[in-house]
Amino acid sequence: MTASPVALEALDTPFVIGGREFRSRLMVGTGKYASNQQMIAAIEASGAEVVTVAVRRVDLDRTKDEGILYHLDPQRFMLLANTAGCFTADDTIRYARLARAAGFNEWVKLEVIGDQQTLLPDAAATIEATRVLAAEGFKVMAYTNDDLISALRLEDAGAVCVMPLASPIGSGLGMLNEFAIRTIKHRLSVPVIVDAGVGTASDAAIVMEQGVDGVLMNTGIAAAQDPIRMATAMRLAVDAGRLAYLAGRMPRREVAVPSSPTTGMLDR
Amino acid sequence: MTTPLVHEPSALALTVNGDPRSVAAGSSLSDLLASLKLDPRLVVVEHNRTILRDRDAYPSIALADGDVLEIVHFVGGG
Repeated sequence: MTASPVALEALDTPFVIGGREFRSRLMVGTGKYASNQQMIAAIEASGAEVVTVAVRRVDLDRTKDEGILYHLDPQRFMLLANTAGCFTADDTIRYARLARAAGFNEWVKLEVIGDQQTLLPDAAATIEATRVLAAEGFKVMAYTNDDLISALRLEDAGAVCVMPLASPIGSGLGMLNEFAIRTIKHRLSVPVIVDAGVGTASDAAIVMEQGVDGVLMNTGIAAAQDPIRMATAMRLAVDAGRLAYLAGRMPRREVAVPSSPTTGMLDR
Repeated sequence: MTTPLVHEPSALALTVNGDPRSVAAGSSLSDLLASLKLDPRLVVVEHNRTILRDRDAYPSIALADGDVLEIVHFVGGG
């Protein structure tokens, strides 16, 4: 039996971040697609409401270089600007302010990268930038490591949600430390969205089975052979993982337990 | 009466998105965006490190020789 969207809502609790309710626990990026048409089709297949975008210089010499607003309707999707590519708190704050000046919303996906090779986040700089931007009224969704202490500090600095990684950005390695993610979820009051590392649908289901509030991905969909099919798979996997978490899994046993009656067998 | 030695330059030397670019003296920010064929609603402008949040003010923002401008927009990203 397949749950219809209506039935799913009845089975789940509202998904609220920073006072705003969202209809999908899956958030998606807009980078790396072969074409804008493919990107739009994949986003629609994913069912995502929140889509991330990056802030970059307009290429003044290329007339074909159109911004993403030519393709994504800000009335249909919530555009979540990221600070991808920033390596210092100051740069990150500047990019967040530029994004807000675009005039769509006060939300920012804050990321401060600490290392070019691994793209792992600089927790100290992220905490510093979060504190500044939260005080300016930004709703900061803070990308960070799968580290409880960084997550607690980000919550304390005013982040509306904390976004630990499953594995490094664009790696597709899936969930590397389920224990760490569960620990963060148990200890934080703000929502926890796992961001980065999901490579295929089972990864997304495993992420959601940890009890986190949502998941954000880009490359896992965009770099699939067929992004539209994968976006659909991710949508189903996020719902499946979420429901499995809410349902509560059976206990693990190291022995077999028969499912059929052991009595009533012939010739016994 | 002597004519002041300071003279108005006929063109303003700007730095736009890291590259030198010149516009006619007396140009406003709106003039610059128009010359670059950019829709003001789809870009954000930083003028000498100050982010301009009020697009209605663009026509009255006069550019000066040596100004540094950053013009950004949203692109695909994760």
